[in-house]
Amino acid sequence: MQINQFLILSAFLFCTGIYGVLARRNGVLVLMSVELMLNAVNINLVAFAAFNHSVSGQVFALFVITIAAAEVGVGLAIVLLIYRNLRSPDLDHVDQLKG
Amino acid sequence: MNPHIDYHALAPEIVLSATIVVVLVADLLFPDRDRWQTSRIATIGVLGALIPVLTLAADGTDRSMFGGAYVVDNYALVFKGLFLVATYVTILLSSDYIAEGDYYQGEFWFLLLTSVLGMVAMASARDLISIFVALETISVPTFVLAGWRKHDTRSNEASIKYYLIGVLSSAVMLYGMSLIYGVTNSTLLTDISSKAGNLTGSMDNLFIVAVFLTLAGFAFKVSAVPFHFWAPDTYEGAPTPVTAFLSVASKAGGFVALLTIVYVGFYPSGHSWQPVLWGLAAASMTIGNLTALRQTNIIRMLAYSSIAQGGFILVPFAVAGDSGPAAKSALEAVVIYLLIYAAMNLGAFAVVIAVARRTRSAEIRTFAGLGQWSPALAVLLSFFLFSLAGIPPLAGWFAKFVMFRAVLDAHTSAAAVIGVIAAVNSVIALFYYAGVARQMWFREPAIEDRRPLRVPPALNAAIAVCAATVLVIGVYPQPFAKLGELARIARF
Repeated sequence: MQINQFLILSAFLFCTGIYGVLARRNGVLVLMSVELMLNAVNINLVAFAAFNHSVSGQVFALFVITIAAAEVGVGLAIVLLIYRNLRSPDLDHVDQLKG
Repeated sequence: MNPHIDYHALAPEIVLSATIVVVLVADLLFPDRDRWQTSRIATIGVLGALIPVLTLAADGTDRSMFGGAYVVDNYALVFKGLFLVATYVTILLSSDYIAEGDYYQGEFWFLLLTSVLGMVAMASARDLISIFVALETISVPTFVLAGWRKHDTRSNEASIKYYLIGVLSSAVMLYGMSLIYGVTNSTLLTDISSKAGNLTGSMDNLFIVAVFLTLAGFAFKVSAVPFHFWAPDTYEGAPTPVTAFLSVASKAGGFVALLTIVYVGFYPSGHSWQPVLWGLAAASMTIGNLTALRQTNIIRMLAYSSIAQGGFILVPFAVAGDSGPAAKSALEAVVIYLLIYAAMNLGAFAVVIAVARRTRSAEIRTFAGLGQWSPALAVLLSFFLFSLAGIPPLAGWFAKFVMFRAVLDAHTSAAAVIGVIAAVNSVIALFYYAGVARQMWFREPAIEDRRPLRVPPALNAAIAVCAATVLVIGVYPQPFAKLGELARIARF
């Protein structure tokens, strides 16, 4: 079994996700980009698990899927809150505090 | 096959989980005017969870479960104790703040306790999966806590910034962990450690990249420079008791994860983690302190100060790989520094919360003349700030002392350089801590109402606990140093 194509796919997905998080201004699209990054991790884990014939990678992937769902649930709630208060999902409008 | 479950070892987690359920149900069943009772249930739960920690400590045997993925030893117990006591103090300093706001209460305690459950689990986690699950259990409730004042757009902003950086860092960390799993074919830290020392060629390079990504994820959690951008904004926008919790308990949770993963997992491959942590330590101390100098808001100042303190805690990490004795004293230094930092930082935040009850502001100039209208609070805040600066006889000096001892034990030029950077930064830090003290003692009061401030009993108790800890450890640190020696990881 070749593992390279899986790793390249996952690296590509991960970079797409990072680009999305940095470049997108809409809160919902940022959340989708984060999902992309987490799915890149899942591809990695499952590919390594199959390649090395060990099961813990698949277990890890299941945990990542579960927790990603919880994280995105919380994230959507926060974006919804911002939409209610500011009437816009655009994260550029969230700039009252200056880092 | 049934896995063997040691209920005594899991008792703190079980007590906390039960309390979480009870708090949630009580909030649903109690009528509005009795909702404040949920804070009592939370207090009882946290103190109840301390009991099995003490009995386990008295018992003294190391208990290992789930194939070594979950270990209860002295190291885990010291941190479980720290997290539970820090949470107790957080409950004390937030109960009046929460009861006086016009927001719901039960959810606050539910989220706080869930985050603490993650921390208590983190102290025992010895596997990439359990570390990841514990870390997310710590973080996800705090994203919601930061945005708890949900009609306040500043609180919303604190929450979304913290959330985005938090999930981004988790994703980066997970990518690193997936590569570590690929290289070592195990998620168990002890297995990773036995393979990490013997890697060669491209596998070693891949391992270095994987460790870098994983550490970058943790650096976000402990707000180390250059991954600190969320901290000042989140600290300023979140409710102040939540900020106190984030800057102490949540940060300590990140450091415990870092300690475990470096000492149990990556240790044999020193060239992969040591330079990264050296850089993070030097940058956090310098940038944190220099930016803190310019702040006019005390919460933002404490945010940058906590970034700088995080840098000081990272210093022993930077020298831990140099020799056996250095590894041992570095571990002790991090444990002791975290315990002392928790007491002094919580104390400083408690006083800020007390003063803000009158001034309704966190600007440093509103602290002008505090020494005239509320001398006791001014004395205590000076105490905590000078302790953070590391001035004897307050506990901060002992934290700095053990840190420098770890640096001296290392005997390398890299250690000498980081030691000098830390020393220079200790001096810089004194300027902004003393700046607040100058406002309090040498300026005329800026507010009209100069009657002495009445502080609610719970907040008073929180300040008293922190002040007593800071004083006692500062004057008589020997028994406390024993605690640091106790918190050993098997190999060191």
